[in-house]
Amino acid sequence: MDIVKTDKLVFEYIRRDEEGNPVDVTTALDRVNIDVKQGEFVGILGHNGSGKSTFAKHLNAILYPTEGKVFVNDMDTMDDSKLWDVRRSAGMVFQNPDNQIIGQVVEEDVGFGPENLGVPTKEIWERVEESLRAVDMIDYRKKSPNKLSGGQKQRVSIAGVLAMHPKCIILDEPTAMLDPSGRREVIRAIRGLNDVEKMTVILITHYMDEVVHADRIFVMDKGKVVMQGTPREIFSDVPALTKLRLDVPGPTRIAWELKQKGLPLPDGILTCDELIKEIQKCR
Amino acid sequence: MIRDITIGQYYQTESVMHRLDPRVKLLGTLLFIIALFSYKNPLGYALGIVFLFAVIKLSRVPVKFITKGLKGIVIILLMTVLINLFLTPGTTAVAIGKLTITYEGLAAALGMMIRLILLIMGSSIVTLTTTPNNLTDGLEKGLGFLKVFKVPVGDVAMMMSIALRFIPILLEETDRIMKAQLARGADFESGNLVKKAKSLVPVLVPLFVSAFRRAGDLAMAMEARCYRGGDGRTKMKPLVYKKRDAFGYLILFSFVGISIFLGRWHVISDFFNSLYVNYILK
Repeated sequence: MDIVKTDKLVFEYIRRDEEGNPVDVTTALDRVNIDVKQGEFVGILGHNGSGKSTFAKHLNAILYPTEGKVFVNDMDTMDDSKLWDVRRSAGMVFQNPDNQIIGQVVEEDVGFGPENLGVPTKEIWERVEESLRAVDMIDYRKKSPNKLSGGQKQRVSIAGVLAMHPKCIILDEPTAMLDPSGRREVIRAIRGLNDVEKMTVILITHYMDEVVHADRIFVMDKGKVVMQGTPREIFSDVPALTKLRLDVPGPTRIAWELKQKGLPLPDGILTCDELIKEIQKCR
Repeated sequence: MIRDITIGQYYQTESVMHRLDPRVKLLGTLLFIIALFSYKNPLGYALGIVFLFAVIKLSRVPVKFITKGLKGIVIILLMTVLINLFLTPGTTAVAIGKLTITYEGLAAALGMMIRLILLIMGSSIVTLTTTPNNLTDGLEKGLGFLKVFKVPVGDVAMMMSIALRFIPILLEETDRIMKAQLARGADFESGNLVKKAKSLVPVLVPLFVSAFRRAGDLAMAMEARCYRGGDGRTKMKPLVYKKRDAFGYLILFSFVGISIFLGRWHVISDFFNSLYVNYILK
Protein backbone atom coordinates (compact mmCIF):
# COMPACT_ATOMS: atom_id res chain seq x y z
CA MET A 1 0.00 0.00 0.00
CA ASP A 2 1.27 3.47 -0.80
CA ILE A 3 1.48 5.79 2.16
CA VAL A 4 2.50 8.70 0.00
CA LYS A 5 1.77 9.00 -3.67
CA THR A 6 2.12 12.02 -5.89
CA ASP A 7 0.65 12.13 -9.35
CA LYS A 8 2.25 14.57 -11.81
CA LEU A 9 2.70 17.08 -9.01
CA VAL A 10 3.38 20.60 -10.27
CA PHE A 11 3.98 23.58 -8.06
CA GLU A 12 4.64 27.11 -9.21
CA TYR A 13 5.76 30.06 -7.15
CA ILE A 14 4.08 33.06 -8.70
CA ARG A 15 5.57 36.48 -8.04
CA ARG A 16 3.12 39.30 -8.48
CA ASP A 17 3.59 43.06 -8.86
CA GLU A 18 1.58 45.62 -6.87
CA GLU A 19 -1.51 45.22 -9.02
CA GLY A 20 -1.45 41.48 -8.51
CA ASN A 21 -0.42 40.65 -12.07
CA PRO A 22 1.95 37.74 -12.27
CA VAL A 23 5.42 38.90 -13.29
CA ASP A 24 7.43 35.81 -12.81
CA VAL A 25 6.59 32.16 -12.51
CA THR A 26 9.07 29.74 -11.01
CA THR A 27 8.25 26.11 -11.42
CA ALA A 28 9.50 24.57 -8.21
CA LEU A 29 8.10 21.12 -8.88
CA ASP A 30 7.63 19.77 -12.37
CA ARG A 31 5.49 16.65 -12.84
CA VAL A 32 6.87 14.81 -9.85
CA ASN A 33 5.78 11.21 -9.40
CA ILE A 34 6.96 9.72 -6.15
CA ASP A 35 5.40 6.86 -4.28
CA VAL A 36 6.37 5.50 -0.90
CA LYS A 37 5.25 2.18 0.49
CA GLN A 38 4.48 1.28 4.09
CA GLY A 39 7.65 0.62 6.09
CA GLU A 40 9.99 1.93 3.43
CA PHE A 41 13.00 4.18 3.99
CA VAL A 42 13.06 6.59 1.09
CA GLY A 43 15.77 9.17 0.52
CA ILE A 44 15.20 12.27 -1.53
CA LEU A 45 18.41 13.89 -2.67
CA GLY A 46 18.98 17.15 -4.35
CA HIS A 47 21.07 20.24 -4.42
CA ASN A 48 19.86 23.59 -3.05
CA GLY A 49 16.88 24.80 -5.04
CA SER A 50 16.11 21.39 -6.47
CA GLY A 51 12.58 21.55 -5.06
CA LYS A 52 13.01 18.89 -2.42
CA SER A 53 11.82 21.06 0.47
CA THR A 54 8.88 22.30 -1.54
CA PHE A 55 8.01 18.69 -2.18
CA ALA A 56 8.17 17.93 1.55
CA LYS A 57 5.75 20.73 2.35
CA HIS A 58 3.20 19.22 -0.02
CA LEU A 59 3.10 16.00 1.96
CA ASN A 60 1.95 17.86 5.04
CA ALA A 61 -0.59 20.08 3.30
CA ILE A 62 1.45 23.19 4.08
CA LEU A 63 1.60 23.85 0.34
CA TYR A 64 -1.01 22.74 -2.17
CA PRO A 65 -0.27 21.52 -5.71
CA THR A 66 -0.79 23.92 -8.60
CA GLU A 67 -1.50 20.88 -10.76
CA GLY A 68 -1.58 17.19 -10.11
CA LYS A 69 -2.46 15.36 -6.92
CA VAL A 70 -0.85 14.39 -3.64
CA PHE A 71 -2.23 11.46 -1.69
CA VAL A 72 -1.20 10.78 1.89
CA ASN A 73 -2.57 7.57 3.34
CA ASP A 74 -5.09 7.60 0.47
CA MET A 75 -6.34 11.09 1.35
CA ASP A 76 -6.14 13.92 -1.13
CA THR A 77 -4.27 16.81 0.52
CA MET A 78 -6.53 19.27 -1.31
CA ASP A 79 -9.50 17.96 0.64
CA ASP A 80 -10.00 20.55 3.40
CA SER A 81 -12.08 18.25 5.55
CA LYS A 82 -9.14 15.80 5.73
CA LEU A 83 -6.53 18.48 6.46
CA TRP A 84 -5.85 17.47 10.07
CA ASP A 85 -5.95 13.77 9.24
CA VAL A 86 -3.33 14.37 6.58
CA ARG A 87 -1.16 16.30 9.01
CA ARG A 88 -1.35 13.66 11.70
CA SER A 89 -0.59 10.90 9.19
CA ALA A 90 2.47 12.63 7.81
CA GLY A 91 4.63 13.92 10.63
CA MET A 92 7.12 16.56 9.67
CA VAL A 93 10.54 17.38 11.11
CA PHE A 94 12.10 20.61 9.92
CA GLN A 95 15.62 21.87 9.50
CA ASN A 96 16.10 24.35 12.32
CA PRO A 97 15.86 22.62 15.70
CA ASP A 98 15.25 25.87 17.58
CA ASN A 99 12.28 26.93 15.52
CA GLN A 100 10.18 23.84 15.98
CA ILE A 101 10.36 23.18 19.70
CA ILE A 102 7.38 24.75 21.40
CA GLY A 103 7.55 23.46 24.95
CA GLN A 104 9.80 24.79 27.68
CA VAL A 105 10.52 21.32 28.97
CA VAL A 106 11.42 18.39 26.72
CA GLU A 107 8.48 16.23 27.75
CA GLU A 108 6.02 19.10 27.36
CA ASP A 109 7.20 19.66 23.83
CA VAL A 110 6.72 16.02 22.94
CA GLY A 111 3.25 16.26 24.47
CA PHE A 112 2.32 19.24 22.30
CA GLY A 113 1.17 17.21 19.29
CA PRO A 114 -1.03 14.80 21.25
CA GLU A 115 -2.47 17.77 23.18
CA ASN A 116 -3.53 19.30 19.89
CA LEU A 117 -5.14 16.05 18.83
CA GLY A 118 -7.23 15.96 21.99
CA VAL A 119 -5.62 12.81 23.36
CA PRO A 120 -6.61 12.11 27.01
CA THR A 121 -4.02 13.15 29.61
CA LYS A 122 -3.06 9.66 30.71
CA GLU A 123 -2.43 8.52 27.15
CA ILE A 124 -0.35 11.62 26.43
CA TRP A 125 2.04 10.58 29.19
CA GLU A 126 2.31 7.07 27.76
CA ARG A 127 2.94 8.39 24.27
CA VAL A 128 5.54 10.88 25.49
CA GLU A 129 7.40 8.17 27.32
CA GLU A 130 7.40 5.69 24.44
CA SER A 131 8.43 8.38 21.92
CA LEU A 132 11.29 9.64 24.05
CA ARG A 133 12.46 6.06 24.50
CA ALA A 134 12.35 5.47 20.75
CA VAL A 135 14.84 8.29 20.16
CA ASP A 136 16.81 7.54 23.34
CA MET A 137 16.07 10.88 24.98
CA ILE A 138 14.15 9.62 28.01
CA ASP A 139 16.90 10.77 30.40
CA TYR A 140 16.41 14.35 29.30
CA ARG A 141 12.65 14.52 29.73
CA LYS A 142 12.75 17.15 32.49
CA LYS A 143 15.42 19.31 30.84
CA SER A 144 14.93 22.64 29.12
CA PRO A 145 15.36 22.36 25.32
CA ASN A 146 17.68 25.38 25.44
CA LYS A 147 20.29 23.32 27.25
CA LEU A 148 20.39 20.52 24.68
CA SER A 149 22.77 20.12 21.76
CA GLY A 150 21.51 20.42 18.20
CA GLY A 151 21.38 16.68 17.67
CA GLN A 152 19.47 16.20 20.90
CA LYS A 153 17.00 18.92 19.94
CA GLN A 154 16.37 17.23 16.60
CA ARG A 155 15.77 13.93 18.37
CA VAL A 156 13.26 15.69 20.61
CA SER A 157 11.56 17.05 17.49
CA ILE A 158 11.39 13.55 16.07
CA ALA A 159 9.89 12.29 19.34
CA GLY A 160 7.35 15.12 19.16
CA VAL A 161 6.23 13.85 15.78
CA LEU A 162 6.27 10.20 16.86
CA ALA A 163 3.95 10.97 19.76
CA MET A 164 1.26 11.85 17.25
CA HIS A 165 1.41 8.25 15.95
CA PRO A 166 1.90 9.20 12.31
CA LYS A 167 1.89 6.77 9.38
CA CYS A 168 5.12 8.18 8.10
CA ILE A 169 7.76 10.71 9.08
CA ILE A 170 9.09 13.27 6.66
CA LEU A 171 12.41 14.81 7.63
CA ASP A 172 13.27 17.95 5.73
CA GLU A 173 17.05 18.30 5.97
CA PRO A 174 17.08 17.48 9.67
CA THR A 175 20.86 17.47 9.84
CA ALA A 176 21.69 20.54 7.78
CA MET A 177 22.38 22.69 10.85
CA LEU A 178 24.14 20.07 12.94
CA ASP A 179 27.76 19.20 13.56
CA PRO A 180 29.04 15.78 12.42
CA SER A 181 28.40 14.06 15.76
CA GLY A 182 24.89 15.54 15.93
CA ARG A 183 24.27 14.30 12.39
CA ARG A 184 25.34 10.79 13.29
CA GLU A 185 23.07 10.82 16.36
CA VAL A 186 20.05 11.91 14.36
CA ILE A 187 20.65 9.51 11.48
CA ARG A 188 21.09 6.64 13.92
CA ALA A 189 17.78 7.55 15.57
CA ILE A 190 16.02 7.71 12.20
CA ARG A 191 17.41 4.36 11.10
CA GLY A 192 16.39 2.87 14.42
CA LEU A 193 12.82 4.02 13.85
CA ASN A 194 12.74 2.40 10.45
CA ASP A 195 14.40 -0.84 11.55
CA VAL A 196 12.79 -1.35 14.93
CA GLU A 197 9.44 0.43 14.77
CA LYS A 198 8.95 -0.22 11.03
CA MET A 199 8.15 3.44 10.62
CA THR A 200 7.93 4.74 7.08
CA VAL A 201 10.63 7.38 6.68
CA ILE A 202 11.14 9.97 3.97
CA LEU A 203 14.51 11.60 4.48
CA ILE A 204 15.21 14.70 2.48
CA THR A 205 18.85 15.70 2.46
CA HIS A 206 21.80 16.70 0.39
CA TYR A 207 24.24 14.51 2.26
CA MET A 208 24.44 11.34 0.23
CA ASP A 209 26.02 9.23 2.95
CA GLU A 210 22.84 9.61 5.01
CA VAL A 211 20.78 7.67 2.51
CA VAL A 212 23.22 4.86 1.80
CA HIS A 213 20.99 2.52 3.79
CA ALA A 214 17.71 3.70 2.26
CA ASP A 215 15.46 1.28 0.40
CA ARG A 216 15.04 3.64 -2.50
CA ILE A 217 16.40 7.01 -3.51
CA PHE A 218 14.94 9.76 -5.65
CA VAL A 219 17.30 12.40 -6.96
CA MET A 220 15.76 15.75 -7.77
CA ASP A 221 17.10 18.59 -9.84
CA LYS A 222 15.35 21.79 -10.90
CA GLY A 223 11.98 20.48 -9.73
CA LYS A 224 12.20 17.20 -11.61
CA VAL A 225 12.95 13.67 -10.46
CA VAL A 226 16.04 12.90 -12.52
CA MET A 227 17.13 9.57 -11.06
CA GLN A 228 15.47 6.92 -8.98
CA GLY A 229 16.38 3.48 -7.73
CA THR A 230 18.19 1.65 -4.98
CA PRO A 231 21.28 3.31 -3.47
CA ARG A 232 23.48 0.85 -5.35
CA GLU A 233 21.89 1.76 -8.66
CA ILE A 234 22.06 5.47 -7.99
CA PHE A 235 25.63 5.54 -6.72
CA SER A 236 26.89 3.49 -9.63
CA ASP A 237 26.49 6.49 -11.85
CA VAL A 238 29.15 8.74 -10.38
CA PRO A 239 29.46 11.06 -13.42
CA ALA A 240 25.73 11.81 -13.42
CA LEU A 241 25.76 12.59 -9.72
CA THR A 242 28.77 14.84 -10.06
CA LYS A 243 27.00 16.67 -12.84
CA LEU A 244 24.10 17.29 -10.44
CA ARG A 245 26.61 18.79 -7.97
CA LEU A 246 26.03 16.03 -5.45
CA ASP A 247 28.85 14.63 -3.35
CA VAL A 248 29.23 10.93 -3.75
CA PRO A 249 30.05 9.07 -0.49
CA GLY A 250 33.79 8.65 0.00
CA PRO A 251 34.11 4.85 -0.51
CA THR A 252 31.93 5.00 -3.64
CA ARG A 253 34.03 7.80 -5.07
CA ILE A 254 37.32 6.01 -4.37
CA ALA A 255 36.00 2.76 -5.86
CA TRP A 256 34.89 4.58 -8.97
CA GLU A 257 38.22 6.36 -9.38
CA LEU A 258 40.07 3.07 -8.92
CA LYS A 259 37.87 1.45 -11.50
CA GLN A 260 38.64 4.22 -13.96
CA LYS A 261 42.32 3.45 -13.41
CA GLY A 262 41.69 -0.17 -14.35
CA LEU A 263 41.00 -2.00 -11.11
CA PRO A 264 38.22 -4.57 -11.72
CA LEU A 265 35.76 -3.35 -9.06
CA PRO A 266 31.98 -3.68 -9.29
CA ASP A 267 29.75 -0.62 -9.52
CA GLY A 268 28.00 1.00 -6.60
CA ILE A 269 30.19 0.23 -3.63
CA LEU A 270 28.61 2.00 -0.65
CA THR A 271 30.64 1.39 2.49
CA CYS A 272 34.26 1.17 3.54
CA ASP A 273 33.93 -2.49 4.49
CA GLU A 274 32.61 -3.38 1.06
CA LEU A 275 35.39 -1.46 -0.61
CA ILE A 276 38.07 -3.20 1.45
CA LYS A 277 36.56 -6.62 0.68
CA GLU A 278 36.39 -5.94 -3.03
CA ILE A 279 39.95 -4.65 -3.16
CA GLN A 280 41.19 -7.76 -1.32
CA LYS A 281 39.40 -9.88 -3.90
CA CYS A 282 41.40 -8.17 -6.62
CA ARG A 283 44.72 -9.47 -5.34
CA MET B 1 25.88 32.74 30.84
CA ILE B 2 23.36 34.76 28.89
CA ARG B 3 21.20 31.68 28.42
CA ASP B 4 20.67 31.34 32.15
CA ILE B 5 18.58 34.48 32.35
CA THR B 6 15.00 33.71 33.22
CA ILE B 7 12.12 36.10 33.39
CA GLY B 8 10.27 36.53 36.64
CA GLN B 9 13.28 35.00 38.44
CA TYR B 10 11.95 31.73 39.76
CA TYR B 11 13.62 30.57 42.98
CA GLN B 12 14.06 26.80 42.90
CA THR B 13 13.32 25.05 46.17
CA GLU B 14 10.78 22.70 47.74
CA SER B 15 8.00 24.32 49.77
CA VAL B 16 4.27 24.43 50.31
CA MET B 17 4.12 27.72 48.45
CA HIS B 18 5.86 26.17 45.45
CA ARG B 19 3.43 23.31 45.31
CA LEU B 20 0.35 25.47 45.74
CA ASP B 21 -1.89 25.75 42.68
CA PRO B 22 -0.99 28.89 40.69
CA ARG B 23 -4.63 29.96 40.68
CA VAL B 24 -4.60 30.20 44.48
CA LYS B 25 -1.48 32.31 44.35
CA LEU B 26 -2.79 34.61 41.62
CA LEU B 27 -6.10 35.22 43.33
CA GLY B 28 -4.19 35.59 46.58
CA THR B 29 -2.08 38.42 45.15
CA LEU B 30 -5.14 40.19 43.82
CA LEU B 31 -7.03 39.94 47.11
CA PHE B 32 -3.93 40.92 49.08
CA ILE B 33 -3.57 44.10 47.03
CA ILE B 34 -7.27 44.93 47.43
CA ALA B 35 -6.99 44.37 51.17
CA LEU B 36 -3.88 46.59 51.40
CA PHE B 37 -5.67 49.51 49.82
CA SER B 38 -8.75 49.20 51.97
CA TYR B 39 -7.05 49.41 55.38
CA LYS B 40 -7.79 52.56 57.34
CA ASN B 41 -5.94 51.97 60.61
CA PRO B 42 -2.48 50.70 61.61
CA LEU B 43 -3.83 47.37 62.83
CA GLY B 44 -4.70 46.46 59.22
CA TYR B 45 -1.13 47.13 58.08
CA ALA B 46 0.23 45.18 60.99
CA LEU B 47 -1.90 42.19 60.03
CA GLY B 48 -0.78 42.54 56.42
CA ILE B 49 2.89 42.53 57.44
CA VAL B 50 2.43 39.50 59.68
CA PHE B 51 0.59 37.61 56.92
CA LEU B 52 3.24 38.44 54.32
CA PHE B 53 6.09 37.30 56.53
CA ALA B 54 4.26 34.11 57.39
CA VAL B 55 3.92 33.41 53.66
CA ILE B 56 7.60 34.22 53.06
CA LYS B 57 8.56 31.85 55.85
CA LEU B 58 6.40 29.12 54.26
CA SER B 59 7.93 29.68 50.83
CA ARG B 60 11.49 29.15 52.10
CA VAL B 61 12.71 31.90 49.80
CA PRO B 62 15.39 34.01 51.53
CA VAL B 63 14.03 37.46 52.42
CA LYS B 64 17.07 38.95 50.67
CA PHE B 65 15.71 37.68 47.34
CA ILE B 66 12.35 39.29 47.91
CA THR B 67 13.69 42.66 48.97
CA LYS B 68 15.83 42.67 45.82
CA GLY B 69 12.66 43.41 43.90
CA LEU B 70 12.25 46.64 45.84
CA LYS B 71 15.35 48.22 44.29
CA GLY B 72 13.48 48.79 41.08
CA ILE B 73 10.78 50.87 42.67
CA VAL B 74 12.88 53.05 44.97
CA ILE B 75 12.26 56.14 42.85
CA ILE B 76 8.51 55.61 42.60
CA LEU B 77 8.45 54.94 46.31
CA LEU B 78 10.35 58.15 47.06
CA MET B 79 8.09 60.23 44.82
CA THR B 80 4.87 58.94 46.38
CA VAL B 81 6.23 59.49 49.87
CA LEU B 82 7.34 63.06 49.09
CA ILE B 83 4.08 63.99 47.38
CA ASN B 84 2.03 62.60 50.23
CA LEU B 85 4.30 64.22 52.77
CA PHE B 86 4.10 67.74 51.42
CA LEU B 87 0.75 67.94 49.73
CA THR B 88 -1.61 66.57 52.37
CA PRO B 89 -3.49 69.38 54.12
CA GLY B 90 -3.86 69.30 57.91
CA THR B 91 -2.10 70.30 61.12
CA THR B 92 1.42 71.55 60.47
CA ALA B 93 4.20 69.57 62.09
CA VAL B 94 7.29 71.10 60.47
CA ALA B 95 7.56 74.00 58.08
CA ILE B 96 10.55 74.38 55.73
CA GLY B 97 10.14 77.66 53.94
CA LYS B 98 6.97 77.41 51.91
CA LEU B 99 6.80 73.65 52.25
CA THR B 100 4.93 72.26 55.19
CA ILE B 101 4.80 68.74 56.50
CA THR B 102 1.57 67.89 58.22
CA TYR B 103 0.82 65.13 60.69
CA GLU B 104 -1.79 63.85 58.26
CA GLY B 105 0.79 63.88 55.48
CA LEU B 106 3.20 61.96 57.65
CA ALA B 107 0.57 59.30 58.29
CA ALA B 108 -0.46 59.15 54.62
CA ALA B 109 3.13 58.88 53.42
CA LEU B 110 3.92 56.13 55.88
CA GLY B 111 0.75 54.24 54.94
CA MET B 112 1.47 54.52 51.22
CA MET B 113 5.04 53.38 51.68
CA ILE B 114 3.98 50.30 53.62
CA ARG B 115 1.32 49.54 51.00
CA LEU B 116 3.72 49.74 48.07
CA ILE B 117 6.43 47.72 49.78
CA LEU B 118 4.00 44.99 50.77
CA LEU B 119 2.50 45.02 47.28
CA ILE B 120 5.84 44.47 45.56
CA MET B 121 6.98 41.88 48.07
CA GLY B 122 3.65 40.09 47.85
CA SER B 123 3.68 39.82 44.09
CA SER B 124 7.34 38.86 43.87
CA ILE B 125 6.69 35.98 46.24
CA VAL B 126 4.33 34.62 43.57
CA THR B 127 6.79 34.89 40.69
CA LEU B 128 9.56 33.49 42.88
CA THR B 129 7.60 30.38 43.80
CA THR B 130 5.87 29.69 40.47
CA THR B 131 7.54 28.60 37.24
CA PRO B 132 6.60 30.81 34.27
CA ASN B 133 4.95 27.78 32.72
CA ASN B 134 2.84 27.14 35.73
CA LEU B 135 1.94 30.81 35.89
CA THR B 136 0.68 30.78 32.30
CA ASP B 137 -1.33 27.65 32.99
CA GLY B 138 -2.81 29.30 36.05
CA LEU B 139 -3.73 32.41 34.08
CA GLU B 140 -5.26 30.33 31.30
CA LYS B 141 -7.38 28.27 33.68
CA GLY B 142 -8.12 31.10 36.10
CA LEU B 143 -9.26 33.47 33.36
CA GLY B 144 -11.08 30.70 31.52
CA PHE B 145 -14.40 32.34 32.29
CA LEU B 146 -13.47 35.12 29.85
CA LYS B 147 -14.06 32.66 27.00
CA VAL B 148 -17.73 33.47 27.45
CA PHE B 149 -16.89 36.97 26.25
CA LYS B 150 -15.03 35.56 23.23
CA VAL B 151 -11.58 36.31 24.68
CA PRO B 152 -9.17 33.74 23.19
CA VAL B 153 -7.65 32.85 26.57
CA GLY B 154 -5.99 29.66 25.33
CA ASP B 155 -4.30 31.38 22.41
CA VAL B 156 -3.04 34.23 24.58
CA ALA B 157 -1.63 31.74 27.07
CA MET B 158 0.06 29.88 24.19
CA MET B 159 1.62 33.15 23.01
CA MET B 160 2.90 33.88 26.49
CA SER B 161 4.52 30.51 26.86
CA ILE B 162 6.11 30.72 23.40
CA ALA B 163 7.42 34.19 24.24
CA LEU B 164 8.95 32.78 27.41
CA ARG B 165 10.51 29.92 25.49
CA PHE B 166 12.10 32.27 22.96
CA ILE B 167 13.55 34.80 25.40
CA PRO B 168 16.80 32.87 25.91
CA ILE B 169 17.05 32.11 22.18
CA LEU B 170 16.63 35.75 21.22
CA LEU B 171 19.08 36.85 23.92
CA GLU B 172 21.65 34.50 22.52
CA GLU B 173 20.95 35.82 19.05
CA THR B 174 21.35 39.43 20.22
CA ASP B 175 24.66 38.47 21.72
CA ARG B 176 25.76 36.88 18.45
CA ILE B 177 24.67 39.82 16.32
CA MET B 178 26.39 42.27 18.64
CA LYS B 179 29.61 40.30 18.38
CA ALA B 180 29.27 40.18 14.61
CA GLN B 181 28.78 43.95 14.46
CA LEU B 182 31.67 44.52 16.87
CA ALA B 183 33.85 42.47 14.56
CA ARG B 184 32.88 44.85 11.78
CA GLY B 185 33.95 47.81 13.90
CA ALA B 186 30.68 48.81 15.52
CA ASP B 187 30.97 50.81 18.72
CA PHE B 188 28.34 50.28 21.41
CA GLU B 189 30.21 51.85 24.32
CA SER B 190 31.18 55.45 23.64
CA GLY B 191 29.06 58.56 23.24
CA ASN B 192 26.05 59.86 25.07
CA LEU B 193 22.75 58.12 25.53
CA VAL B 194 21.34 59.15 22.13
CA LYS B 195 24.46 57.97 20.34
CA LYS B 196 24.43 54.70 22.21
CA ALA B 197 20.78 54.15 21.37
CA LYS B 198 21.49 54.90 17.71
CA SER B 199 24.35 52.42 17.66
CA LEU B 200 21.89 49.71 18.60
CA VAL B 201 19.98 50.07 15.34
CA PRO B 202 22.34 47.74 13.42
CA VAL B 203 21.65 45.15 16.12
CA LEU B 204 17.91 45.54 16.24
CA VAL B 205 17.25 45.35 12.51
CA PRO B 206 18.78 41.88 11.98
CA LEU B 207 17.30 40.77 15.29
CA PHE B 208 13.80 41.71 14.13
CA VAL B 209 14.28 40.11 10.75
CA SER B 210 15.41 36.89 12.33
CA ALA B 211 12.61 37.00 14.89
CA PHE B 212 10.07 37.23 12.08
CA ARG B 213 11.71 34.38 10.24
CA ARG B 214 11.62 32.30 13.39
CA ALA B 215 7.98 33.16 13.93
CA GLY B 216 7.17 31.98 10.41
CA ASP B 217 9.06 28.73 10.89
CA LEU B 218 7.49 28.14 14.27
CA ALA B 219 3.98 28.76 12.98
CA MET B 220 4.60 26.22 10.23
CA ALA B 221 5.96 23.68 12.71
CA MET B 222 2.97 24.21 14.97
CA GLU B 223 0.52 23.76 12.12
CA ALA B 224 2.35 20.65 11.02
CA ARG B 225 1.77 19.32 14.51
CA CYS B 226 -1.95 19.99 14.20
CA TYR B 227 -2.18 23.13 16.35
CA ARG B 228 -5.49 24.80 15.52
CA GLY B 229 -6.18 27.23 18.33
CA GLY B 230 -7.01 26.69 21.94
CA ASP B 231 -10.27 24.79 21.51
CA GLY B 232 -10.41 21.02 21.66
CA ARG B 233 -6.95 20.68 23.12
CA THR B 234 -6.26 18.40 26.01
CA LYS B 235 -3.59 19.03 28.60
CA MET B 236 -0.59 16.93 29.38
CA LYS B 237 -0.35 18.51 32.81
CA PRO B 238 -3.81 19.73 33.72
CA LEU B 239 -4.18 21.86 36.83
CA VAL B 240 -6.09 19.95 39.46
CA TYR B 241 -6.98 21.39 42.85
CA LYS B 242 -5.61 19.37 45.74
CA LYS B 243 -6.44 19.41 49.42
CA ARG B 244 -3.74 21.95 50.20
CA ASP B 245 -5.25 24.34 47.65
CA ALA B 246 -8.61 24.28 49.42
CA PHE B 247 -6.71 24.92 52.63
CA GLY B 248 -4.85 27.77 50.95
CA TYR B 249 -8.10 29.35 49.81
CA LEU B 250 -9.52 28.99 53.31
CA ILE B 251 -6.56 30.75 54.92
CA LEU B 252 -6.54 33.39 52.21
CA PHE B 253 -10.23 34.25 52.48
CA SER B 254 -10.21 34.28 56.25
CA PHE B 255 -7.14 36.52 56.34
CA VAL B 256 -8.57 38.96 53.81
CA GLY B 257 -11.97 39.01 55.49
CA ILE B 258 -10.70 39.48 59.02
CA SER B 259 -7.97 41.98 58.14
CA ILE B 260 -10.30 44.14 56.06
CA PHE B 261 -12.89 44.05 58.79
CA LEU B 262 -10.42 44.98 61.55
CA GLY B 263 -8.49 47.37 59.34
CA ARG B 264 -11.63 49.38 58.65
CA TRP B 265 -13.59 48.81 61.86
CA HIS B 266 -14.53 52.23 63.23
CA VAL B 267 -14.05 51.16 66.88
CA ILE B 268 -10.39 50.41 66.23
CA SER B 269 -9.96 53.41 63.97
CA ASP B 270 -11.48 55.63 66.67
CA PHE B 271 -9.10 54.16 69.25
CA PHE B 272 -6.06 55.03 67.12
CA ASN B 273 -7.51 58.48 66.39
CA SER B 274 -7.91 59.20 70.07
CA LEU B 275 -4.35 58.05 70.70
CA TYR B 276 -3.22 60.39 67.95
CA VAL B 277 -5.25 63.35 69.24
CA ASN B 278 -4.23 62.82 72.86
CA TYR B 279 -0.55 62.10 72.52
CA ILE B 280 0.69 63.63 69.29
CA LEU B 281 -1.30 66.80 68.92
CA LYS B 282 -0.92 67.83 72.57
